[in-house]
Amino acid sequence: MRQFWRTMLRSPSGIIGLIILVLAIVIAVAGPFYFPNSPWRMVQRPFVPPFTLAKVPLGTDALGRDVLAGLIFGARVSLLVGLVSTLVALVVGVPLGAIAGYFGGRVDDALMRFTEFFQTIPSFALAIVLVAILQPSIYSIVAAIGLVSWPPVARLVRGEVLSLRTREYVQAAVVTGQSNAWIIWREILPNALSPVIVLASLMVATAILLESSLSFLGLGDPNLISWGYMVGAGRTVIRQAWWITVFPGVAILLSVLGLNLIGEGLNDALNPRLSREGR
Amino acid sequence: MLKRVLLGVVVGCGLSAAQAEEPKTGGVVNAVIQPEPPGLMLAMVQNGPTQMVSGNIFEGLLRYSPKLEPLPGLAESWTISPDAKVYTFKLKKGVTWHDGKPFTSADVLFSIEMLKQTHARARNNLVMVEKVEAPDDLTVVFTLKEPFGPFIGIFEVGSMPMVPKHLYEGTDYKTNPNNNAPVGTGPFMFKEWQKGSFIRMVKNPNYHEKGKPYLDEVYWQIIPDAAARAVAFETGKVDVLPGGSIENFDVPRVSKLPGACVTGAGWEFFSPLSWMWLNNRNPILANKKVRQAIMYAIDRDFAKDVIWNGLGKVATGPSASTIKFYSDDVPKYPYDPAKAKALLKEAGYKGEKIRMLPLAYGETWQRWGEAVKQNLQDVGMTIETIATDVPGGNQKIMEWDYDIAFTYLYQYGDPALGVSRNYITSAIAKGQLFNNVEGYSNPEVDKLFAEGATAPTDAKRKEAYDKVQKILAEDVPVAWLLELQFPTITKCKVKSLITTGIGVNDGFRDAWLDK
Repeated sequence: MRQFWRTMLRSPSGIIGLIILVLAIVIAVAGPFYFPNSPWRMVQRPFVPPFTLAKVPLGTDALGRDVLAGLIFGARVSLLVGLVSTLVALVVGVPLGAIAGYFGGRVDDALMRFTEFFQTIPSFALAIVLVAILQPSIYSIVAAIGLVSWPPVARLVRGEVLSLRTREYVQAAVVTGQSNAWIIWREILPNALSPVIVLASLMVATAILLESSLSFLGLGDPNLISWGYMVGAGRTVIRQAWWITVFPGVAILLSVLGLNLIGEGLNDALNPRLSREGR
Repeated sequence: MLKRVLLGVVVGCGLSAAQAEEPKTGGVVNAVIQPEPPGLMLAMVQNGPTQMVSGNIFEGLLRYSPKLEPLPGLAESWTISPDAKVYTFKLKKGVTWHDGKPFTSADVLFSIEMLKQTHARARNNLVMVEKVEAPDDLTVVFTLKEPFGPFIGIFEVGSMPMVPKHLYEGTDYKTNPNNNAPVGTGPFMFKEWQKGSFIRMVKNPNYHEKGKPYLDEVYWQIIPDAAARAVAFETGKVDVLPGGSIENFDVPRVSKLPGACVTGAGWEFFSPLSWMWLNNRNPILANKKVRQAIMYAIDRDFAKDVIWNGLGKVATGPSASTIKFYSDDVPKYPYDPAKAKALLKEAGYKGEKIRMLPLAYGETWQRWGEAVKQNLQDVGMTIETIATDVPGGNQKIMEWDYDIAFTYLYQYGDPALGVSRNYITSAIAKGQLFNNVEGYSNPEVDKLFAEGATAPTDAKRKEAYDKVQKILAEDVPVAWLLELQFPTITKCKVKSLITTGIGVNDGFRDAWLDK
């Protein structure tokens, strides 16, 4: 473990990514204590430019709502959606991939065709359809993003499992009569975890982007403010008020960048072939 | 700030129009039409854009001033019998259709018969008519079953367009080839329609008003994107942006462009009034105090100034102030959150969840929904916004599956034509988007509206409508928001475009271009 942190912290991209992510989490968790008001509240006259009033440092939007408050509350939604929908994707994708890879044959064929069925549909289009059918809400959005992002997980896990199940220690476990579930869970999956973790960190970033895109198109949860919603709502007034779109846009950019950097750092730290000290 | 600038522009335009200038002849005007109309045969297609284009090709018997007084149209004079049952119209002499055939009373009789089949609103407007006769070529006499006050208000071009008998009689109306190249008596003749691009109409050289129209041609440009329409105006590709062509927030910017004039006039006949349906069937909203609390809780001045950029007017009750028999003598609901909270407490409201359905008509309505939600939450109500598209929202309203829902409706100049339908018990029916959707029922209101529609004199009608407005404003069956104004933006060089209560819809008759 210490080894992991040392490698992780040695890569500058990992450090920067971690800093951004920790900052975003702190803001999301602690921010609302400094902004007890709802971000939907009209606090000032509309279209106050940024850096002119101390009370609304980042200006106000078309209805006079505080852009900074929106950013902070939006961070909660974006991070929450990113994490939870990734979790959903893992919960679906990992077992499917593991079963397909471990049992092979017809089971593998069936499961992989099923996965490919999802992979052939453009994920964003599918997400739009799902959210539109289920009525936009935070639950339908998480479910939709989770449902469109599990196929890569399943394929990755299947590949890992395929190569691991021919190893001697797995065969030894088979010979000693361990149950299949036990072998997958205790022997194979722990060793297949590193690439999955890297992929998951990137999936959180993708999920945040997906949520923003959905909200941008007006398919966000109408009761929760999110960065994508802010960009979408400000888009039409961009000529009069650039700040309404630019600040949440930058927030999306930074958090997605941060997560990608973390992913890169994780890859360096967890990939034995790249490990500087060898094992 | 924005408001003041806008006001300045409006006043400025008013002044320049007031200085009677000599109209100049000639020139071409480009106007935006949004969205592209599904057809131009006004007797069969009733969409807003159809009315706007075809109102300049067809004509009705009467036109209406911004105060909704009848003006001569194809009828040059009219008399009403003392018992208010016989309406006699004298038609103008020497009027011809665009193909040269004369317009006579036979066309009027035919039009009425045709409209009864093809035009739902005209059919309803005509139910009180016992018979229509044409004693001679230039006289038409309507005899009513009983006095019907609003009758004089149903002859507007969109409500009762005159159709050429010689082209439609005995044909299948739906497949008549003239539907694609409509022939009317109006100041402009249909010339060509490049689908998705423009509709072109040219001056009618034989128009019955001597010297009119002044313009040679009018192009209705079809531009599907709101931002592109604004740009087209900026670059000078179009000269006229009718109400609703561009998003509200763009109105102040575009109005301030050099050479741009803006006016809210020209919608008096329609007088769109916005409100929120409050589902009176919901046990919480069934309580009058809760409904009144909602009225006090909503900051309607904010909505007017910020969301509608200062255009429009805070509604006082069921009637818009621009239609007949409007009464100001009703209980008022200024923005007063404290009072709203007190009323909610009295009503015993404990934060039960109320669902709100915004209107999915674009940015403005979305923002309005957000603002109202915040207003209501500020006084302690729990509001959940339901996200939906236009058909989905309509479906929910038609099935009464909502608690609060935004809407706006036209009023057609008279309470009997556009107001009573939203409050009388007989207008409650599942599956309709308009009329009494909220489920409010009050026998006294029913009685007063019936009285108002059929009372023989205007004084008697006023009496009934004054009373009913007071009762409704007290009861708050729905939460009235704003009298909407859809600003028309033009290049200032386009003069006298809006002179009547239907604005651009029959405006090009008098319009001229200052070169």
